[in-house]
Amino acid sequence: MTESAQTTESRSVPPARPYPFSVPDRLVVDPTYGELRENEPMTRVKLPYGEEAWLATRYEDVRTVLGDVRFGRAPAVQRDEPRLTPRQQYSGMLTMDPPDHTRLRRLVAKAFTARRVEALRPRTQEIADGLVDNMVRLGPPADLVEHVATPLPIQVICELLGVPYADRDRFHIWSEAIVSTTSLPMETIQEYLNNLWGYIGALVAERRREPGIDDLLGALVRARDENQDRLSETELVELAGGLLAAGHETTVTQIPNFVYVLLHNPDQLARLRTDPSLVPAAVEELLRYVPLGVGSSFARYAKEDVEVGGVLVRAGEPVLGSLSSANRDGTVFADPDRLDLEREQNPHMGFGHGVHHCVGAQLARMELQVAVATLVTRLPGLRLAVPEAELQWKRGMLVRGLLGMPVAW
Amino acid sequence: MSTAWRIGVDTSRCIGTSICAGTAPEHFRLVGGLSAPLADVVAPADVILDAADSCPVEAITVHDASDDRLIAPQE
Ligand code: HEM
Ligand code: HEM
Ligand code: SF4
Repeated sequence: MTESAQTTESRSVPPARPYPFSVPDRLVVDPTYGELRENEPMTRVKLPYGEEAWLATRYEDVRTVLGDVRFGRAPAVQRDEPRLTPRQQYSGMLTMDPPDHTRLRRLVAKAFTARRVEALRPRTQEIADGLVDNMVRLGPPADLVEHVATPLPIQVICELLGVPYADRDRFHIWSEAIVSTTSLPMETIQEYLNNLWGYIGALVAERRREPGIDDLLGALVRARDENQDRLSETELVELAGGLLAAGHETTVTQIPNFVYVLLHNPDQLARLRTDPSLVPAAVEELLRYVPLGVGSSFARYAKEDVEVGGVLVRAGEPVLGSLSSANRDGTVFADPDRLDLEREQNPHMGFGHGVHHCVGAQLARMELQVAVATLVTRLPGLRLAVPEAELQWKRGMLVRGLLGMPVAW
Repeated sequence: MSTAWRIGVDTSRCIGTSICAGTAPEHFRLVGGLSAPLADVVAPADVILDAADSCPVEAITVHDASDDRLIAPQE
């Protein structure tokens, strides 16, 4: 068995590096990723919580870890999963493999297809215009996070799910608990999650009293009540709560991140302003360029021995894939550290890959396109209203972004 | 009662998420970054409908091979 002898030999397990490699600095991608892609594409890492893991940094390897059926998420619930947060996640789509995962995912996937999402574009544009009108009325300086980036995605996901937007202050706080790493104490996180589940539970009860309500929550309740095997009551509540939460932090954080990057690339911003037909390609490039996550993907566990990036990953071992690193891999993206809004081939991994590929991807794309187009065309003089050094960045969260973004125009 | 289905992937729509290949690996794989069915005409199986109904851009179609009736994606 020369083959196994060889792979065993190539398996000199290096000592684990603490991960993330550094405290996030604005939207800078730590140069360690580039060095690792070059010299040690599969490296050992130790996250603040959980067991040691492999970290894949090359594009091809990250795709294997996320896309190959020999890797799965389900084993994580039996293990001390490598993670940034004290709490481990034990339920939801992101802790399941097919066919369990498929059962839940298929129930919601229909509501998020490109075609369904396109139908929400006019309403999204209307909301965006209303928010910009309001900000203009208030006059500069105004906080872009508070006035546009936060309300836009939240209002859209609320209308899609059927959650009263008037309750936003409550569930915004609760759902922040889901993406908090160290910024909140454990007890508070648990309390917020319980509040979120209780809140969704009440909306579900309302759908049962009024079965005609035509929103995603109503559709999920009908799916559950028609066939109890398709969706348990707990799953129903968590699915809806998860969508509400996931519909928040991500797009809310990316809108100011995108504006921030565009302001740092004034020539490309000017191009975009004169030719808004570039917006869809620009959004894809920004999704590639901006390292949204502080860490990597969620850990995948090898279901059998798998060779990845020259390393034999043993059955049962966890592997993380760095999306930010994959998105800067020069073997796939020419001149990867340069923002190029007109990049032609852009198979970025900003939404992940494989069965867990972001279910909200088409929605997020559409929202980001509307946000970017509206801001650059309606506010041609858009600029920071404070010196760059005064910008406050998130700390102790899973995502990187601005706490506030005072702008003038 | 259909005895065979015909699978089609519109590669001009496919965005290469690999959701189908992860959901039904015995029916789909990625070739050059885009989905390709392993066989065009296959025995009916629920997992094929799962894949077609999970595709975010509705690039996968399933037809009854005998009468061309559209089976998936469903509305
Ligand atoms: C988009 C990227 C996402 C990231 C980075 C993320 C991250 C996390 C993390 C780290 C936790 C654990 C929280 C803690 O222990 O403090 C968590 C919990 C949770 N996430 Fe996410 N999540 C994401 C998307 C989603 C999505 C899409 C859903 C919806 C299905 C979801 C639903 C949940 C739920 C329901 C919990 C709480 C689980 C429980 O109470 O056991 N998350 N998420
Ligand atoms: C710019 C915005 C967004 C980004 C960058 C993003 C990114 C991601 C990524 C990278 C994953 C995969 C995580 C992994 O495999 O470890 C994911 C999963 C997910 N996202 Fe998003 N997301 C965004 C917006 C949204 C929105 C708006 C929603 C909800 C409406 C959403 C719902 C989900 C869900 C439910 C999953 C889990 C899917 C599954 O496990 O099958 N995301 N997202
Ligand atoms: S699920 Fe759809 S978009 Fe994704 S790879 Fe398959 S055919 Fe392409």
